[in-house]
Order: sequence, then structure tokens, then C-alpha cells
Amino acid sequence: MGFATRFSVPPVDATGAAERAGSFTKRSIKRESKGEGLRLAVSLMDLTTLEGADTEGKVTHLCRKARQPMAVRFNCPPCAAVCVYPTLVAHAKRELEGSSLGVAAVATGFPSGQFPLDVRLADVRAAVEAGADEIDMVISRGAFLAGKYDVVANEVAETKAACGEAHLKVIFETGELGSLDAVRLASQIAMEAGADFIKTSTGKVSPAATLPVTLVMLQAVRDFHAATGRRVGVKPAGGIRKAKEALQYLVMVKETVGEEWLTPALFRFGASSLLADVERQIAKLEDGNYQSARDFSKG
Amino acid sequence: MSEEHTNRPARGGGTWDYAPAPETMPVHVRETYPLFIGGEFVESTTGETFESINPATGEVLARVSRANSGDVDRAVASARTALEGDWGRMPAIERGKVLFRIARMIQEKARELAVLETMDGGKPIKESRDFDLPLAAAHFFHHGGWADKLTYAFPGRTPRPVGVAGQIIPWNFPLLMAAWKIAPALACGNTVVLKPAETTSVTALHLAEIFRDAGLPAGVVNVVTGAGDTGEMLVNHAGIDKIAFTGSTGVGKRIAAAVSGSGKRLTLELGGKAAHIVFDDAPLDEAVEGVVNGIYFNQGHVCCAGSRLFLQESIHDRFVEKLARRLETLRVGDPLDKNTDVGAVNSPGQLERIRELVASGHEEGATYHESSCPLPEKGYWHRPAFFTGVTASHRIAREEIFGPVLSVLTFRTTEEAIDRANNTCYGLSAGVWTDKGSRIFHLADRLAAGVIWANTYNRFDPASPFGGYRESGFGREGGRQGLAPYVALN
Repeated sequence: MGFATRFSVPPVDATGAAERAGSFTKRSIKRESKGEGLRLAVSLMDLTTLEGADTEGKVTHLCRKARQPMAVRFNCPPCAAVCVYPTLVAHAKRELEGSSLGVAAVATGFPSGQFPLDVRLADVRAAVEAGADEIDMVISRGAFLAGKYDVVANEVAETKAACGEAHLKVIFETGELGSLDAVRLASQIAMEAGADFIKTSTGKVSPAATLPVTLVMLQAVRDFHAATGRRVGVKPAGGIRKAKEALQYLVMVKETVGEEWLTPALFRFGASSLLADVERQIAKLEDGNYQSARDFSKG
Repeated sequence: MSEEHTNRPARGGGTWDYAPAPETMPVHVRETYPLFIGGEFVESTTGETFESINPATGEVLARVSRANSGDVDRAVASARTALEGDWGRMPAIERGKVLFRIARMIQEKARELAVLETMDGGKPIKESRDFDLPLAAAHFFHHGGWADKLTYAFPGRTPRPVGVAGQIIPWNFPLLMAAWKIAPALACGNTVVLKPAETTSVTALHLAEIFRDAGLPAGVVNVVTGAGDTGEMLVNHAGIDKIAFTGSTGVGKRIAAAVSGSGKRLTLELGGKAAHIVFDDAPLDEAVEGVVNGIYFNQGHVCCAGSRLFLQESIHDRFVEKLARRLETLRVGDPLDKNTDVGAVNSPGQLERIRELVASGHEEGATYHESSCPLPEKGYWHRPAFFTGVTASHRIAREEIFGPVLSVLTFRTTEEAIDRANNTCYGLSAGVWTDKGSRIFHLADRLAAGVIWANTYNRFDPASPFGGYRESGFGREGGRQGLAPYVALN
């Protein structure tokens, strides 16, 4: 398939992958399975704010929302984590004290990653010291596209070491990699180098997460598990805005890697606006009609 | 613990399943379906009927008239009258308009027809909705366009209708096969007597209703229902100019013998035992999907099913593991559920045939793998399955199973793959999976098959000719080539 590398991956046929991904959108998810799926989606969500304008005040809103997304009567679980820039980790940690939620920090010179490795590693250590439970790193897409796969493998391994106890999510920025073959190869490199999670995108580049891209990553994770026995998580991030799409992802996870991956330990949605639509749909299922956006609290 | 943590729903790790999603379109199934002759629905002269069973429940769906020789005479006579009358005199562009109207009406009634097709034949609603119906409409649209442009299909010649066509269609794609056969016949100005398969006559009669309402002149298409003897009367009828048959190779041979020397034209689309070849450089996950689509689509009741899987030895174990895993995610059951992937076997007779061949696979020492899915208690069902350790000498590598059972064989080199793929009496279709473009063209040249798919399987388009070599028959359906059997050239 054209990649001269020690990492062995099968080629991906983009047409076939898109067709298979499309088949998951044809499943009919109704009634109780819809309600259950929507709540499951909330429990898998990394509620995210990654703006230059983020403040402690904004993060406080977000954390409160993540702890209790909906009124108690809706029986909606909390999110899995909040995802913020490193400077806001300590504050988010305080806000989430006493909850099951983790704090994820985007580090390693997010979103471009175009910084010297020691700077990126220092970024990671600072975030971990501030209390981050999870580190979302970006790979050097420049190195990857230039064919320097060992450089990418090495930076993932070094970041993993810098994480200590924190879980490492490796972001590929698939919208910049150019092909599904590249996504499959990047997945293999990251998993072999120690990634706990592989993640599609930063949310700063379009296209971000798509079904075919996430499918290829799920297939890589499934084959890696079969070969090594180690379970790696998958996080599609960016561009998932509708409850219906979230359910399609859940269907894809279930039918590709199996239901055991439908847990926050192995699957996450990185999203900022998805929760609002999921809330609307849960309320619709419970009450029988759609409610106004002002009836739901903002994060 | 704060309050928000008490409301996390108790869910066991990883148990999220889909609720039943039955198709809710109400359909009107008649108690008895009459024959369609001369533009009218009529009883058979003897009043005899037979049962049409819903294979997913084993219950009687409807009763269907049994056409006898008098009925076939009437049908052929009315087709002749139409040929020499209204239809024969109709300008080609008007003929085309009728075909377009039929196509649009099929689209309008698609949901209802899909439900009927699934109830009568057992195929999943997902397939009748997304495959059979859209493609049936597409064939009428495509051929509607040809009606007034036949001189462009046969440059320098004057295409005229052949006459009255007797068309005998199988039970695996009842409505679609009717469309495949009727649309080109009508586009070329012929008239038709159609004989649907005994177990799946219902949708052909609903299609007849569309013909009537679309303004197709009386007698242009007639539908005579019945068993094999009705088909035989049609084949042997002196008033027929052309026979088109899709079905088993055994019956095809008998038809070929019957029409020889009669001056009737003949096209046959018969069985297959397609080679589906996966090389070690193939996109494996997509190839698994292709293989699954190739053999489990429509419960394997597909003449071009990819029923012999050839795996390059170096990827055999890995591929089989992927396939076995994928097998478990196929949802088998109620064909009317929108989430069903594999439906019911069409008839008890076919189920018997599948079981007999599966038993031979066991006896001849192949290793059986089947889905662990539960099967409904009523109706006719077979779990999706495959055999590994199959060699070219096994019956399951030579005979058409026509069910959801795949035979997995191996090869070492490209030349061996070609040699083994061609080692069959059939020659309908083949599939090739490789990342190497030059290899695709090399194989496409050397494989004896009418249709060859590369890095995909079971793709159909009305513009693309379909048909076989060897004991898979002769003649093409679809495209320019598919018009040829229905025109007489000067």
C-alpha cells in the first residue's frame, strides 16, 4: 500500500469502508434502545471547551453541566470527563471534586504540535502535576506525512512516559492525514507505542470525526486486541453534533469491536454541542414532545 | 456521594441491543390472486388454486390461481393480439412513456411492494426496500429511455420486435426478475407472457396492477401463475417466439432441449458457483464485508453468490477469524424487522436441499462454522455458516448450495487462483480482492465469468449487462447487450 515501514497494517479500501460505515446508519434505534443509547452516549462524553477565551468561570459552568447534565427526573448519567487546556486543569479538578468525572487536558502544544519535543513533554508534565487524569496529545502530522514514522512512535512513547499514571489519548488529526490507509497506519503506530486511547481530531480542523475514519480506528483496535490482548480505547472528536449521529457511532462500536467497548474506559465522544441535542431527545422520549432550547441548562 | 451519582442507570457492562423495529406499512394481501390475461384479472378456467406460504412463519399468505393449458392459450393469444394491435402500432416514444410511468408507479408503491416481497419470499425488508425495489424501478427507467433509440443500439440496422416472449422467472428476486425481463422486452416492442415462480407469485400480480393503471395496453403483459407444468406449457406453446428463463441449470437444460428445432429464440440465466478470490494484499476488512455480502445476501439465494471463497494461504487463518467474528454480528430473524440482516429460507424444499449439501460437507470432512444466533421457532431457517478445509473435490465446492453456506478454499499463487476459480462447470460471476490494479485486469481477462467484480461484490446497474458462460447460461440482461435478445434485425 505504499508505506515502507516496520508497522504492518492491511490496506483500506475507502469506498468499501464508507459503505460499511453507511450500513450502521441504517439500523433502526427506537423506544427503549434509543433511551438507553442516548444515556449511554452522555456517559461516554468528554464535555469539551477549547477556546482561547476560556476562563475559570466558563470551566465552572462546564463542570457543573458535566456532573449533572439533566434534571434528576430524566435519570441521565454524568459525563465521563471534561476536556480543557492545561492552564484550567487545576480549576476543573476542584470543580469536579467528589465526582466520578475525570479531567482531560489537551497538551503537547495542542492543536498543531509544532513545538520542540522537550517543550511538549514539559506541557504534559505540567498538566499531570496540575491533576489531569487524562492527556490528549497531538502527533506531529508533519513528521507522519514526511514518512518519519519512528519519530511519531518515539514521541508517543515519550509522552506516555511523561504521563505517569494519567491515561494517554493520541490525536491523529485525521483530517490532515489524507487517507484511510494513513489513519490505519497511525493507529498501529500509536497503539504499539503505548497509547491508551486513539482519537480522531482536535476539533480545530475540518473534516474532524467521521464514521469511516472512526470505523478504521475501531478495526485497528479490534485487530490489536486480537494480536496482543491489550484493549485500546477510541475517541471520535469534533463534528458530532446530533443525537442520531451519536447513536450511529454506538451501533458501529457494538458491531465492530463489540459491546464490551461501550464503556467510558474504552470509548468516548469528544464534543461540545452534542450534549444539547442528546438532552432534547431524551426529554422528547420522556415527555412525548420537543421542548424549547431555553428549557435546558447551558454548559 | 453527591446526588448526581445516584442516578447513573444501572447497566451491565456492554449490553446495549436494538429494540424490535418492525416495518409498519399496512398492505392489502388478497385472499386469492387471479391470473392477469388481456388486461384483466381472471380466474383460471378450472378455478384451481394453490397456496403461497410466508416462509418466515410457515403460514399461508394467499392462494394463487393455477393456470392450465387453456389459460396459457388465452394469455399467448392476447399477447399476439396486442402485438398486432395497439402495442405494435404505438409509436416508440409513446412506448417509452408507458415504461417511465410504470417506473414512477413502482417508486410510488415501493414501500408496499417491498413489504409484500418480504412476506411472500422471506427476504429481509432492508434488502427488498434498498435493493429489489429501487433496482426494479431503475430497469424500467433505463429501458424507457431505450424505446425510441433502438437504432442507436444497433447502428445501421432496423430493429423490430421478436414477437411474443414467454418469460419464466425464479423465486429469489421475484419482482426484480420480472422487471429485468419485462422492461427490455417492452422497450423493444414485444409482448410478454410471464410465469412467476410457484412460491413467489404475489408481487408479479401487484406489478400487473401497475401495468394496467399505467396505461399499458391490454394483453401486452400477461401473468400466468402455476408450477413447473405451467412453465412447460409456455415453453412448448407454438405461439411463443422467444423464451427467456432464469432458474436452475437442470431446468434450463430441459428447456434448451425442448425449444431446439422449434425456431424459438432462447436466453438462459442459470446457476453459478462463483469464485471470490482474496489476495494477501487485499483490504481485508472491506473484503470480509464483500464476502459476507457475496454469500449471505438474500440468504444466499443468489445465482451469482460468491459461494467459493479462495483465500491466499498466507492470510487464511487471519481472514477466517475475521469472518467468524463478523458472522456473529449478522442479525437473523423476522424479515419484516428493519434491523434483520438474514431472513428466512424461501421454501421447505430449498431448506432440505441446503441441509443435504451441508451434510455432505460434514461427511466429506470439511470443518463447519456457523453463527450462534437463535432461530425463530416457526418458518424455514438456516444459520449463516461456512466450511473451511474445502477442496476442489468436495461436493460443496462443485454444486450450487443456493443458501447461506460458504465454502472456503485456498491458493498460493495468482496462476493457481485462476486455475482453481475456473475449475467449475459454471461461469456466471467472480470477485477479486487485491490492492494491485494490474492484477485485477490480469484476472478479469482470464476468469471465465460473465460478471467480475473487483474490490466489491453484488453491484448491479441496468446499464451493465449480466449473464453467464458455460452451464450458467447464455444471453445478457441489462445494457445495450440486453436488448439484443428482444430485437429482430434486418
